[in-house]
Amino acid sequence: MLALMTLTFAGLANAEEVVADLSRDEVAITANFDGSDILIYGAVKREEPPVGDAPLGVIITVSGPNQPITVRKKDKRYGIWVNTEAVEVDSAPSFYSIAASGKLTEILDATEDLRHKISIPRAIRSVGAPSDVQDAPRFTDALIRIREADDLYQRRDDSVQLFDETLFSTTVDLPANLVEGPYETLIYLVRNGKVVDRHAASINVNKVGLERWIYDLAHDKPLIYGILSLVIAISAGWVASAVFRYIRF
Amino acid sequence: MQIYLPIAEVSVNAFLLLGLGGLVGILSGMFGVGGGFLMTPLLFFIGIPPAVAVATEANQIVASSFSGVLAHLKRKTVDLKMGTVLLIGGLAGAALGVQVFTMLREMGQVDLLVKLCYVVFLGVIGGLMFFESLRAIRRAKAPTKPIVRKHRGWIHAMPFKMKFRTSGLYISVIPPLVVGVAVGILAAIMGVGGGFIMVPAMIYLLGMPTKVVVGTSLFQIIFVTGFATLLHATTNYTVDMALAVLLLVGGVVGAQIGTRIGLKLKAEQLRILLSIMVLVVCGKLALDLLLQPGELYSVGTGTGH
Repeated sequence: MLALMTLTFAGLANAEEVVADLSRDEVAITANFDGSDILIYGAVKREEPPVGDAPLGVIITVSGPNQPITVRKKDKRYGIWVNTEAVEVDSAPSFYSIAASGKLTEILDATEDLRHKISIPRAIRSVGAPSDVQDAPRFTDALIRIREADDLYQRRDDSVQLFDETLFSTTVDLPANLVEGPYETLIYLVRNGKVVDRHAASINVNKVGLERWIYDLAHDKPLIYGILSLVIAISAGWVASAVFRYIRF
Repeated sequence: MQIYLPIAEVSVNAFLLLGLGGLVGILSGMFGVGGGFLMTPLLFFIGIPPAVAVATEANQIVASSFSGVLAHLKRKTVDLKMGTVLLIGGLAGAALGVQVFTMLREMGQVDLLVKLCYVVFLGVIGGLMFFESLRAIRRAKAPTKPIVRKHRGWIHAMPFKMKFRTSGLYISVIPPLVVGVAVGILAAIMGVGGGFIMVPAMIYLLGMPTKVVVGTSLFQIIFVTGFATLLHATTNYTVDMALAVLLLVGGVVGAQIGTRIGLKLKAEQLRILLSIMVLVVCGKLALDLLLQPGELYSVGTGTGH
């Protein structure tokens, strides 16, 4: 992966390179986790002063683990609303935030977007819809619309601060309903709509403590977990009954 | 206070969950219904994934039913013998129902069938109960001679008679077994404990006194939902312990309060309230099917189904 990246950008002679870091590369999901802010900052390293008049652009994406998704659509049949068509999206990020130093569509070419899969529609991979579904793109649009409403997909133009075409920073708000896994962070430098350099980092989102224990037990020893759940339920029922008898309500 | 649920992987308000649990617990203790048919849609509404909501709900019902049954046992309003007979029928029915469910799923549109099932059953049961209770209340107000319970000829003609002392019945075991099987099938298809079908069936088909019905229904619900919890936990890994604990803390307290409210009410008042609740849920589900939804599309993780 890294080798491929180096190859891709070798041709560009690396006139400008990204040096970047994150305020944290670990997010611990505890029982009272309610979201987290991550500051992403860095600088542009140059061998020589920038040439040409095209302004520098910075695009920062954070992408959660990919999942297969089914998008269903309701239609009216015999007077009632039922799910009729369904499109399976092979892989969509569970979380995707894209921040840019300007308007994304202005600083990035569509072909470059297609190649690097930067914008939200490009980050979603949908190989093919069933042939009986006519307007497959509308299903992907719906997916984006629903996830944007949940703050899981964030499109944030003009939110990367860029100083003197050298220093940049942005803050990404991770919402509370996160899925576990590695969150890939990619920083792109763009000039003339073309990507000139890319830097990758990873944020690990993990459940810890009680959350970790419950999750592992549920998956590793499901029978014990199920019995334990029942024991908790029965004893809670008994305790409540005993307490109420005691206070004679 | 926000709390992150480890299996559902969403963050929700803990007090909201305690409140929901309490509310459904009160209804459960009052009417002898598990409350699954109320709680599951509420959990969907606050953003819990459907599979987790259904499985965790089963676990919570075990707690509130157990709490309710203990309160009823103390007042001797549980017919253990009748409960056991219903349970045997119920488990057989549930096993059959799971087969039917798998068959329907292969044919597609199982979601729609479940919803239509809900609307039809809730509507019919709620409607019948509502008018019957209304008549009973009117009768109680008019100073007439007490009504003698009609003897159902064909039920009394059946063999294998058994004495159900708590219910004051001496009837054949076949009707309760059949009721148990029927409710079991429906419960498995609709993914609920079946209390809201069982309660009217016991009152109107078996002729059990309303006071005994509630405790007996709760008694058999414990086993049905306990079994469901284990199945969900081992096959789908969708029981969320943290969610269950929050719901059941509210639920067990609510069930105790509900039982006490229920015992203070008259039988026909209890029935009319239950029927109104059933009709409201039915109306809500029917509107969902009839009105155009705000968002036509829905997103589900994973593929298939």
